[in-house]
Amino acid sequence: MRRLVLIAIPYVWLLALFLVPFIIVFKISLSDTELSIPPYTPTLDFSAGWAGFKEFLAGLDFENFVWLTEDDLYWKAYLSSLKIAIISTVLTLLVGYPIAYAMARAPQEWRATLLMLIILPFWTSFLIRVYSWMGILSQEGYLNQLLMSLGLISEPLIILNTNTAVYIGIVYTYLPFMILPIYSALEKMDESLLEAAEDLGCSRFSAFWLVTVPLSKQGIIAGSFLVFIPTLGEMVIPSMLGGSKTLMIGKVLWEEFFSNRDWPVASAVAVILLLILVIPIILFQRNEQKQREAEG
Amino acid sequence: MALDAFAPWEDPKAEPVIHFQNVTKRFGEFTAIDDLTIDIYEKEFFALLGPSGCGKTTLMRMLAGFETPTEGTILLQGQNIAPIPPNKRAVNMMFQSYALFPHLSIWENIAFGLKRDGMSKPDINDRVDEMLRLTRLEQFARRKPHQISGGQRQRVALARSLAKHPKLLLLDEPLGALDKKLRQETQFELMDIQEKTDTTFVIVTHDQEEAMTVASRVAVMDHGKIIQVSTPDAIYETPNSTYVADFIGDVNLIEGKAAAKDGDKLHIAWAEGQPEIIGTPATEFSNGQTVHFAIRPEKVSISAEKPETANALKGKIMDIAYLGNISTYHVELPGGQIIKAQTANNRRLSRRTFTWEDDVWLSFTDTAGVLLER
Amino acid sequence: MRRFSLFNATSLTLGFAFLYIPMIILVVYSFNKSKLVTVWAGFSTKWYGELIRNDIFLDAAWVTFKVAVMSSTLATVLGTMAAIVLVRAGRFHGRTLFSGMIYAPLVMPEVITGLSLLLLFIGIGMDRGVLTIVLAHTTFSMCYVSVVVSSRLVSFDQSLEEAALDLGCSPFQAFRLVTLPIIAPAVISGWLLAFTLSLDDLVIASFTSGPSATTLPMKIWSSVRLGVSPEINALSTLMIGVVAAGVITASLISKRTAVRQQREERAAERTEAA
Repeated sequence: MRRLVLIAIPYVWLLALFLVPFIIVFKISLSDTELSIPPYTPTLDFSAGWAGFKEFLAGLDFENFVWLTEDDLYWKAYLSSLKIAIISTVLTLLVGYPIAYAMARAPQEWRATLLMLIILPFWTSFLIRVYSWMGILSQEGYLNQLLMSLGLISEPLIILNTNTAVYIGIVYTYLPFMILPIYSALEKMDESLLEAAEDLGCSRFSAFWLVTVPLSKQGIIAGSFLVFIPTLGEMVIPSMLGGSKTLMIGKVLWEEFFSNRDWPVASAVAVILLLILVIPIILFQRNEQKQREAEG
Repeated sequence: MALDAFAPWEDPKAEPVIHFQNVTKRFGEFTAIDDLTIDIYEKEFFALLGPSGCGKTTLMRMLAGFETPTEGTILLQGQNIAPIPPNKRAVNMMFQSYALFPHLSIWENIAFGLKRDGMSKPDINDRVDEMLRLTRLEQFARRKPHQISGGQRQRVALARSLAKHPKLLLLDEPLGALDKKLRQETQFELMDIQEKTDTTFVIVTHDQEEAMTVASRVAVMDHGKIIQVSTPDAIYETPNSTYVADFIGDVNLIEGKAAAKDGDKLHIAWAEGQPEIIGTPATEFSNGQTVHFAIRPEKVSISAEKPETANALKGKIMDIAYLGNISTYHVELPGGQIIKAQTANNRRLSRRTFTWEDDVWLSFTDTAGVLLER
Repeated sequence: MRRFSLFNATSLTLGFAFLYIPMIILVVYSFNKSKLVTVWAGFSTKWYGELIRNDIFLDAAWVTFKVAVMSSTLATVLGTMAAIVLVRAGRFHGRTLFSGMIYAPLVMPEVITGLSLLLLFIGIGMDRGVLTIVLAHTTFSMCYVSVVVSSRLVSFDQSLEEAALDLGCSPFQAFRLVTLPIIAPAVISGWLLAFTLSLDDLVIASFTSGPSATTLPMKIWSSVRLGVSPEINALSTLMIGVVAAGVITASLISKRTAVRQQREERAAERTEAA
């Protein structure tokens, strides 16, 4: 009895506030736009019974999805989200790997402190971390001031409100997600393996390439997914650092909803974003499971 | 031995504290306990001995109430305990991991069970102090479990489980986590405490030496069945099967056929061209029946000349294991059978009496070995 | 003794410079006298004064704090229950769906979670405000709590609970007197995580709040869209300061306890050897 209550409370909560809302999103993505509130029809009227339900079903259609495929704004937004997510994942890996490597090779008594320094930004507001780059990257910002005073450039660079700023913002905010799994993979590695590789005739670099990198593969994969998945739906970074030409699907959804008040289309965008995300999420889960099994 | 030796299991009028009646426990397809019937008497120190997976831990967990039998009944002082949850049983358990509460002090750990019984404050104080004295932990009362050593933790676990005056105390591999020397000291301490508190102890162990040392009776288990229940000396001297003989201590096993009876003696034919072994059977063997002759190495003598005993076999020394207090000789008989013989090293030897490849005689009396059907 | 190699020292220095310089600049320029944020015009704390006198920010801060306390507390209770169900309840109908619903919000884009909850609240005709934000935050942060708590429960020695039952506890007493105190550190860090997630959240709060409730991130968001402002710099500095102080204190405390415990364990082993 007590067990039943224990299961039922969180279960019902999640059903009501997680699963049911999703079903509603699906439903509304199949509705028509109306200017009244709520801005969509048909609404499901429970008092009309079975006849009402049939009428409701008849009112549903896929025209929002058709609309999404016809308007190339959405196509571009999806493709550009994908491109931005892939490029920033690669950039984060390139920046994060040397840091994770250096942490794993640091003296033992330093590691806990270094780890804390990596995690600390996690606890500070995401919004503030993104905001801090606005002052740096703007035309009269600190970066341009520095470069001009050093005489490296004569005209201020335009970085803010471009995709470059978005990449910088993503790498900056998601870097810890990349570093932590790679660090934990590298930290477990037995260093005598490198000595063995060198003993068997590898150069320093080829030992790194043939031993260290394959052994940190799991960390690289996990870190890449952890950056790629949330980046795909990112809204805050492209809105704050990107320009009007930066298209990302999260941003489109936000604007569709708050500016255009087209709820059915926003819902359809959400449904498709979810479908796109399902594949990397499943791959990620598989990878995690494989690793758990490998570790016994 | 005194005549009034503690042996309630031989008294037909004695009431057992614990009575297992045809108990079976299955986990899905796996049968952990197989139709088991056994009695445990008051003030006994009862050992369940067997290899891992033999069902001894399941048996103990059924007594504690963490498992319920699939079939059969368990009676505690005549009362069926199946419907009683673990927290209502007058049975306490000392866990293999000790399971000391890390957030509570030693004192609070021992008082934990007493507080649940709603005992008054002064009574709890008295009882905890008594337990601390019994286990010599007075000066550690305020410490937390991680602040004391492994041996001390073991004593806290014992004190905590004894504090509630259980009718029955269950000990799950109580000494498994201690090193060998500490384990031997603690065995005697356990016996001492058991005697002082007059509690019935049931211990689960895979260490036969430990079982033999502490227990009044030992139950040897295998595959969910009890193979033999008896006092340690009886288990050692008169095992009822080759399994028990082999599990407890070291043994030579020779398989043969019953050849001829001679009064209470039995002749066993066991190899072509070898003299028959003469033994004293405890049960009837028909002619031609398979007999397993089991004899402990220390009951086999080794000599250069043929001695005048009932059994004498000639062989060649293959290996000598010098263990300090004793030496074990591995002697190969002409048929290829290896027999182990043990001699006590009573004197400091500057040279060995026997060495490798020596031809020697092995001898034993006609009552030294046991004749087993299986 | 191991040392930093030149390569490793360089990559660590550059890496941490990248991570921390933006925030350091933010903090430094929050003390800038000039209204023009990028031009240094001398030290001043006047923007902090303006911030404290600004009722809109104070109101938003109060709403944010209320929402964070309520949602993290609720999320800790629900998340701990969910963790116990995940680790201990064994098999039951719909277990797969349940664990799916626990893990899905962790990878769900916030825009989707926010949108779906808004549509729910409108569908059932609920007025949007503090309550709806609390419900929304509780739902996604309870999943984080349950992940943190269940990873502690998995390594929990179950014989401790059995020992409590054996000594006369009812199952509920065993949980309250033994399990809960031992997993308390995980429950507390789950609460802290839920609290910061709620403090931080912009997207879900924007979807689920109404005109009556504006949280601090929402306020920052709307002022930041107009560009960098010295007031926001001051506000950010305060938020960074609070978090840094909290995290550093917590890690120092946990480090001290760990060191002490280690020392005591060594001392205990020595007494045995003696």
